[in-house]
Amino acid sequence: MAKYTIDPITRIEGHLRIDVEIEGGKVKDAWSSAQLFRGLEIILQGRDPRDAPYITQRACGVCTEVHALASIRALDDAVGAYAPDLGRLARNLVHGAQYLHDHITHFYALSALDWVDVVSALSADPKKTASLANGLGDYPNSGASDFKAVQDRLKTFVSSGQLGPFANGYWGHPDYRLPPEANLLAVSHYLMWLRLQVKASRMMALFGGKNPHIQTYVTGGVSCVRDMLNVDRLAEYLYYLKEITAFIDNVYIPDVLAVASFYKDWGAKQIGGCTNFLAYGNFPQKAGKYGTEDMWLPGGVIMNRDIGKPMAVDPSKITEEVTRSWYKDGAPLHPAKGVTEPVKPDYNYDGKYSFFKAPRYQGKAMEVGPLAQVLAAYAAGHAPTKTLVNAVLKHLEVPAAALFSTLGRTAARCIESKVVADYLVEQVNQVIAKVKGGDTKTVTDWKWPAEATGMGLIDVPRGALGHWLHQKGKKIVNYQLVVPSTWNLGPRDAKGQVGPVEEALIGTPVADPKRPLEIIRTVHSFDPCIACGVHVIDPETNQVHKFKVL
Amino acid sequence: MENKEEVLARVEAKGVNRREFIKYATLVTSVLGLAPSMIPKVAEAMTAKQRPTVIWLHFAECTGCSEALLRTTYPWIDEVILDILNVAYHETIMAPSGKAAEKSLHDAMAKYKGKYILVCEGAIPTRDGGLYGRVGGRTMLSIAKEATKGALATVCIGNCASFGGVQAADPNPSKAKSVSEATGVKTVNISGCPPNVVNFIATVVHFLLLGKLPALDDNGRPLFAYGSTIHDKCPRRAHYEAGEFVKKFGDAGAMKGWCLAEMGCKGPDTYNNCSLIKFNDGTNWPIGAGHPCIGCSEPSFWDEKSPFYEPI
Repeated sequence: MAKYTIDPITRIEGHLRIDVEIEGGKVKDAWSSAQLFRGLEIILQGRDPRDAPYITQRACGVCTEVHALASIRALDDAVGAYAPDLGRLARNLVHGAQYLHDHITHFYALSALDWVDVVSALSADPKKTASLANGLGDYPNSGASDFKAVQDRLKTFVSSGQLGPFANGYWGHPDYRLPPEANLLAVSHYLMWLRLQVKASRMMALFGGKNPHIQTYVTGGVSCVRDMLNVDRLAEYLYYLKEITAFIDNVYIPDVLAVASFYKDWGAKQIGGCTNFLAYGNFPQKAGKYGTEDMWLPGGVIMNRDIGKPMAVDPSKITEEVTRSWYKDGAPLHPAKGVTEPVKPDYNYDGKYSFFKAPRYQGKAMEVGPLAQVLAAYAAGHAPTKTLVNAVLKHLEVPAAALFSTLGRTAARCIESKVVADYLVEQVNQVIAKVKGGDTKTVTDWKWPAEATGMGLIDVPRGALGHWLHQKGKKIVNYQLVVPSTWNLGPRDAKGQVGPVEEALIGTPVADPKRPLEIIRTVHSFDPCIACGVHVIDPETNQVHKFKVL
Repeated sequence: MENKEEVLARVEAKGVNRREFIKYATLVTSVLGLAPSMIPKVAEAMTAKQRPTVIWLHFAECTGCSEALLRTTYPWIDEVILDILNVAYHETIMAPSGKAAEKSLHDAMAKYKGKYILVCEGAIPTRDGGLYGRVGGRTMLSIAKEATKGALATVCIGNCASFGGVQAADPNPSKAKSVSEATGVKTVNISGCPPNVVNFIATVVHFLLLGKLPALDDNGRPLFAYGSTIHDKCPRRAHYEAGEFVKKFGDAGAMKGWCLAEMGCKGPDTYNNCSLIKFNDGTNWPIGAGHPCIGCSEPSFWDEKSPFYEPI
């Protein structure tokens, strides 16, 4: 049977190759392959553990900050110094802003072109676009003249003959279903968000020093004490938050609902759905070890789509496999000795085919990310999430089962953005109350233990992120990351069980294999980050959480 | 030179706000250290009839430099893409994937041979002939060799393309090298992890405006941005001179904004203009957030400037 290779997958972070077998107009089988190996975990060995947040943050510059957070949480845990209230709140403010930046940028900059035909926008009637916009939300610069200006700009662009990043798109593909007016509206919103995302990144820089790649998380807290005690900084944060919330309410949510209304069959047929879900939880409400932090967004494990039976996360049930990955089987135990070796990356559909490992929970492949996070929160009865999910389902007149799909993943990202944006106002108010009360403590004192292990688990925009650290004598003995994209885009395991994106792709309709729009749509819905996901683990035990002293 | 009004009229016809454009041109002109009389010429350079073609390649990297580019406000990123440059290939933003994406790359390299500006983000894995990093089935090494050959100039954005970056840190498991080292081509290096986007834009403008690359230091970095150390122009410098140092994060000195030298600050050994222009439109910068500089614009900083929290 003919196999089709899509390489590179663009509009993602990193270098991803997807292969599919197509039969009867549908994907029959799929392979997800990471194409780059950097070896960050090998590089970490022997270094000062306090440098780990800086090195691991460079795993990804799109989901910037998140590795610094997981890493600093592992460090806090290793030295037993958990951030005081202001430190914890500062981290929540920066992390929450990253959610807003990441999710909304994903929809507009990375995935919109899977649903929106830019060329079709050229033939739209700007007046009709304006009335469409006014029916969806109340947002400035949404008059007929505004949409005409965007259309004129596009026309000038196209008539230049230099189509830049839009050249060779799948324009005119039969599965682009939006009418020209909706396409023009979406293109306008894409351009609006490209400017507004700058402010989401400033929200992070206010307390993080800069974005991408913040520099404020230190063991036991944060360094940005002056920014936290500066009311002007907090006001600036709130101001940007208000602007972004208005965009979510009046543009992002209506756009997602509008797109979804043209693709209800993708929900009804559960195209792009997975079976099992994992979320670690997010936004600690008190300091302490993982499991005692009273996460505001509760995590959980959902097996077989049964949201009636969520289970608590047990980190000891996480494993990773290398059978189908480009790493040596049965290599020696201690990567600290430099013995973990990638093997020559020969692509073999029946053998090894990716630099990704295959993470498993209780032996099962798990989807992580906004859908898992929303399902876990919903299952745990998290009121703001529940209300929004129910409202979205009601608006689209689809059953809850429609959530298990590419569309559900896209909607979950939007729902989570709204929930987080509202929560951040509350977090700023908590900071103000603390500062008003004279609290200035941003770091908890700590001393190096002779030897210690630490675990940093947290949900990030792309899913469940875990860092495991083992330090001895102020040096890293072992450091492991198990990241969202490894969960979502990892390959098959020893039993032949496919990874989540592979599962999601199987059954996807494909109108034209040479223009694989539908495939890319589902791949993008996982918001892949390939540089993050490629790493090495202990191949002998396959245990990412278990470390032995050398 | 074209009349200033004509330039602005053309800018406006492209949907760019006139006032913002002049503001931007002024900023770029001042970053470049040019006389104010050059502002209209900068504006003209940015609005040529045929937009200059940029091919942007991703190698072993984290895409943080592309994200930094997205944060540009003078000009905004939509202006860069639609009005100023012809970004013919950029994997993070382009519409097509797979074969259609490869076609975009091949078409641009052929059509604009000898004329395109190549921007490289990321280091080149060279172990086993480059097999540890591939795009479209080809090694990054072979893509880089071909693309640099046809380029008018090669600009490295970020520490990885400039100097190898994090993956080249000891023991460099994939044998990652800088673009210059891997291809033998001389490059302009806008270093930093990621660099400040203003320095990237200013370099491109310099090239378009004067038809040549800006003056560079021994590491290929434009002197206008990397000509002095962070310490030289640090707003906390007076505290250094007065012997006022932060001893612990969150202590009384930290609350007063004292010098971070004892917390490991690498500002004295780091050439960059962060202390002057800051990041995210002047919102903040690492030392402003009370955190020591980690020296991210210097070659091999992951090895030579670490441990980051130990004083120089």
